[in-house]
Amino acid sequence: MSSHPVDYIARTREQYDALGYEPYRWAERPGPPPWAQVPTTLENSTVALVASGGAYRRGHVAFHWNDDTGIRLIDTAEPASDVRLTHFAYDLVPAREDPNIVFPVDRLRELVDEGYIAGLAPQAVAFMGGIYSVRRAEAELVPQVVDAVTAMDIDLALLVPV
Amino acid sequence: MGLVARALEAAGVPTLCLTAAYSITAAANPPRAAFVDMPLGYTAGRPHEPGFQRDLLRRALDAFETIDTPGTIVDTGVRWSDDETWKDSASSGLNNGVVSADGDTRRERSSEPQYQYDDDRLAAEGA
Repeated sequence: MSSHPVDYIARTREQYDALGYEPYRWAERPGPPPWAQVPTTLENSTVALVASGGAYRRGHVAFHWNDDTGIRLIDTAEPASDVRLTHFAYDLVPAREDPNIVFPVDRLRELVDEGYIAGLAPQAVAFMGGIYSVRRAEAELVPQVVDAVTAMDIDLALLVPV
Repeated sequence: MGLVARALEAAGVPTLCLTAAYSITAAANPPRAAFVDMPLGYTAGRPHEPGFQRDLLRRALDAFETIDTPGTIVDTGVRWSDDETWKDSASSGLNNGVVSADGDTRRERSSEPQYQYDDDRLAAEGA
């Protein structure tokens, strides 16, 4: 590691403790992760973008901030400047000026143009991370994301949290 | 996002989690992850720096070809700055920025859609 990552779990524990709260229970999955083989090289791969920064587009109902477990599909042919963002847990000001920092759709299109990857899925899957309940995230949000992505003709999924 | 990754992978889709929150990602233990030493809210780069953003994504995507052990988090080497003082005040956001009981000014989060522009609300409601 070239630098020292911020330990957000420890910091959240300290902050909750200062408020007199029980520690937040982050999702812990010590068991071996499922594994799907990468089918081909990057330059032959079509990539789906999945992002949790609260992206939506005009015409969509925006996410609410009280554990919204919905998803929104966003056309990746549209420029990032047309993408709207809403989220309770990060600074929206810079991201609204350049949505690519949480929803890198312009950059992925450029990587297709330069041949680094073969293609970008026509739609990206967007949701708003920070669902407080891990149980609700797994029961309500995750199946929608899986259904949306498995319906796509893609090779790889790039997941961009905030 | 680690849970999304695990579920997608179980459904047969190879995934890569970009992450600026190493400990959170390590706990969720997704199949493949690429760490960037960036503040939360800047996971995919600094604003208005397309070269930086493309470089970040190339390094992250490379992990699809380099990771062969499930649960690996590679360090892309991408970092916000050599000056690490931004880390002093970084928090997960789950506390809405509250760092002590004295400073607890949180309000209950709204269940109404939170539009970026009023015009978005009109477009959604008129649809």
